[in-house]
Formats: sequence, structure tokens, C-alpha cells
Amino acid sequence: MLPVSYFIGLAAVLFAIGTLGVLIRRNAIIIFMSVELMLNAGNLAFVSFARAFGLLDGQIFVFFIMAMAAAEVAVGLALIVDIFHTKQSIDIDQMNSMKG
Amino acid sequence: MNFSDLTTILPLITLVGWAIILILVDLFIPAQRKGIMAMLSAIGIMISLVIAICQFGGQTTAFSGMVVFDGFSVFLQILFLISGLAAIALAYDYIKRQGIERSEYYILLMFSLSGMTLMAMADDLIIIFLALELLSIPLYVLAGFANPRLDSEEAALKYFLLGSFSDAFVVFGTALVFGAARTTTIPGIIAAITVGAANLILLMVGAALILIGLGFKVSIVPFHMWTPDVYQGAPSSVTAFMAVGAKTAGFAALLRVFMAAFNTLAVDLVPVLWALAALTMILGNITAIVQGNIKRLLAYSSIAHTGYISMVLVTINQSRITQHAVGAALFYLVAYAVTSFGAWAVVITLEHSEGKGLNVEDYAGLGRKYPALAAAMTVFMLSFTGVPPTLGFLGKFYIFRAVLEGGYVGLAIIGVLTSLVSAYYYLRVVVVMYMREGEPLVRKEFWLSSTIFMTAIATVIVSIFSTPLFTWASKGIMFIPK
Repeated sequence: MLPVSYFIGLAAVLFAIGTLGVLIRRNAIIIFMSVELMLNAGNLAFVSFARAFGLLDGQIFVFFIMAMAAAEVAVGLALIVDIFHTKQSIDIDQMNSMKG
Repeated sequence: MNFSDLTTILPLITLVGWAIILILVDLFIPAQRKGIMAMLSAIGIMISLVIAICQFGGQTTAFSGMVVFDGFSVFLQILFLISGLAAIALAYDYIKRQGIERSEYYILLMFSLSGMTLMAMADDLIIIFLALELLSIPLYVLAGFANPRLDSEEAALKYFLLGSFSDAFVVFGTALVFGAARTTTIPGIIAAITVGAANLILLMVGAALILIGLGFKVSIVPFHMWTPDVYQGAPSSVTAFMAVGAKTAGFAALLRVFMAAFNTLAVDLVPVLWALAALTMILGNITAIVQGNIKRLLAYSSIAHTGYISMVLVTINQSRITQHAVGAALFYLVAYAVTSFGAWAVVITLEHSEGKGLNVEDYAGLGRKYPALAAAMTVFMLSFTGVPPTLGFLGKFYIFRAVLEGGYVGLAIIGVLTSLVSAYYYLRVVVVMYMREGEPLVRKEFWLSSTIFMTAIATVIVSIFSTPLFTWASKGIMFIPK
């Protein structure tokens, strides 16, 4: 069996890619996909630790996180569609109607 | 799971159950009479509040240690539920006149409130994550409730993207803590650290990620970028609820996790927490000076108040003053909640459709035309500044005392100096109200006026008789089962 550090390394890389995606990309959908990648990095870390320790807890937590991610998708996509109706754009650099 | 587990979370069950029933009841209420829903949800929150008060006293855990019932959780639950009632009072007339009266408003508010009450009881990092999501997701929708108004939609999108970004930090941090301690319950983490079974590097990284995630929620600088835009764009009644509820819930988690579980990491964490608190106070207060829009001004002021509350986190490793520090933070949260609801109620009273009436200049002449309203606003501004005899003064006093007892004189000095800076922009509102001529447009609405009246009275009266409240807050210590 591969040592757990390999999986955690992969999870950390995925998390970093997701974080960079949120910070660099300007399309709301891509940003949202990057957030999902970060959440799945967390899931991967949970599952690999649970497997390494022989504990079931970590695997159950992944179900919680997946359900929450699904709820976020439902709300998030609705918001993105809504703003596309109004603005015809989902580029977050153009979300600048408020200044101060 | 057994019956006593369920009675422990009875206020939460009542809220969620009532909200679900209201979704069905809503079908039978005609579109012109959605105001009934406000009354019905207020009744649900009151039932939950009565149960929470009846449960007062005692310490226990439930659901295999995932939720804990102690002084801390009861105190915060009561604060959240009263905030929920105030939020309904602010929304009732406001959403009607803004043309966004839909009964989902109250139902979403109740779901968000149930997330907050769960956060008060959470004793497991996974429950903290669940509570965070349960309170955030309805708030994302509420922030965009005034659609198709563009700034409301933008606020919702920004809040959603940065909110889910911060949740991802909490998830990954929790996963690393799980890897370090082999458990996610807070007593379990403490035990793992005590016996030396925990991997300290993983734990440290995990704690840092959780700090970032929760820092976004309570808007600690440099994770505050979303706050001004979201506070400005969201409907004002939602902003008031968000400013009080979401921030208090975030601090409930921060205090519970950092004061109890991560205090052994203090050597590495305290300098970071020190810098974050100082930065938050300085940046929040200085940026607020240049704001012309009252909603943005209050947004930056709420960032500054986050800074004051997060000052107590630097005392995490000094167990002899933990009780004072947690008590001071809880007291400050009460003071902030009362004053904020009052100030936002005044903002809502002067706000018109299309976002008019939101500049500080629109308050000109208020002192002459509506002396009672101007006096109330003055009380709130003085309380935000921290002038006696107001709740805000005592809140700051207890916080500074706890920080000084911890031996962080420099931080306390920064706190006092930034409070002086804050007097400039708070008192500017007062000056505009009394010294300038103008024709302010004010709406007389029963629930708004009574909220303003009650919070103004409470800000002054409670501050005179504050000792019982502080004693109660300092009894809100966290119960750590062996």
C-alpha cells in the first residue's frame, strides 16, 4: 500500500490548484469549479486519513461534505444564472456597480 | 442517539421543524397577506427562545460528543434567537415597501438562524462546518433577495463565491486536523495533544486553514474584501442580520475552537492573531473615514469591531484569564448586536427605493425634524465609538481589561488609538444630523420605530446595570467533558 503522505501530497496540490484558480480566473463558473476542486481535495485527505487509521469517521464526513457541496451548487448556479440574465456577463471584473 | 440527545437540541429542532411547516403553510396564504408569515416565524422563534431559556443551567453533551450544551452555548443561542426576532422586525415593513415581500424571506431567515444556534452548540469540527454552511447558504440567497436589482445580485454572487471559498479552507483544515489528531471532536483533539499523540505540524497547518476560513466569515483583515460590497448591495434588513448573526456565529466557532482546542499552539499562533487583530482595527477604522455611503461606513465599522473582538484571541494560552476573555467577547458581541440593530433600523427608516437616502448627507436636518430619531442614532454612534454610558463603552472596557491582564499592552494601545480615530467618522454622522439644514424623508413604521426605541433604551439602561450581564457572560465558559 502506498504511504498516506502521497495521498496528502496530492490533496495539497489539488487544494493549491483550486486556490490559485479562485484567485486568478475571472469567470464565475470557473471560480466555482475551483472551489469544488478545493472541497474535493479536502474529501481526498479525509478518505486517505480514514483509510490509513482504519477509522470510518473520515469516510462519513466525506458524505456530509458532498451533500453540502451539492447544496452550494444548487444555490450558486441559480445566482450565476440570475446575474447573467441581468448583465449578460459572468465576468467578475465587471461586477463593479458598488464603489467606495 | 437517545431521547435526551433530542431534548438537548430542542431549540434547534423547533426552529427547523417550524420552518419546514411554514413552507407548507405558505401555500395557503394569499399573496397580498404575506405579512402573516412574519408573525408566524416570529412565533416559532419565540417558542424556541422560551425552550432555550428553560434549558438554562447544566452541562451535558449529546450525539456522542458532537454537540455540547453549556453556558457558552445557551448564552449564544439566546443572543441568536433575539437577533432573529429583531431581524424580522426590521424586515417586516422594509421588504414590503421595497417590493420584495416574499414569504421565503422569513423561512430562509429561520434556516439561517438554525445554523447559528447549531454553531453555538457545535463541539466537533464537522458540526462547525455543517453549521457554517447551514447559516451561510440561506444568507447567500437572502443577499440576492432584491433581484433583479443589480447590486443585490452582485452582492449575492460575491458573498457566495468568497463564502464557499472560505468553507473550502475550513474543510481542508478540518481534514488535516483529523489527520493530526485522529478525531475531529474538540475534547478528542485536546486529549490527543495532551498525551502527545498529535502530529503538531499537520495540526498547525490545519489550525491556520481553519483560522483563514473563519476569518473570512467574521471579516478579519486581510479576508474582509467582500464585506463592504456585500453589506452595501444586500437589502438593508438582510445586512443587519448578516452583520450581527453571521459574525457572532463565526466568533462562536473561533472562540470554541481556538480557546479550547488549539491553545497549545499558542507559541506560533499568538503573534499571527496579534497582527491580524491590530491590522483589522487599523484598516477597518481608517478606511471607514472616507466612506460617504452609510451602509459602507457601517460595513467598515463592523470590520473594526471584528478587530476589537478578535483581540481576546491573543490570550488563548492563559487559562487563568480565559473566563474573563470569553466573557468579554460575549459581552462585546451583545453590545455590538444591540447597537448594530439600532443603527441599521435607523438606516432602514431613512432608506428609499432605488437606494436613495443612504448617504451621510441625507441625514442632514434630522436633529431638528425628528429629534427622537436623531437622539437614538446619536446613542448608537456613541456606543459604537465607546463613549460612556453606553454598552459599547463597557464592551471595549472589558475587552481591553482582558487583553491587559494577558499582558498585551501594545495591542490595547492600538485598540484605544483606533477607537479615537473611529470617533471621527461616527461623530460626523451626528454633526450632519444636528448642524446641517436639510429635509430628511422618514417613514413612520411601527416595528422599525419600536426596534429603534428598544435598542436605544437597552444601549443605555443595560450599560448602567451591566454587572449581571457580564457575570452571566463570564459564566459562559466552555464545558470540556473528560
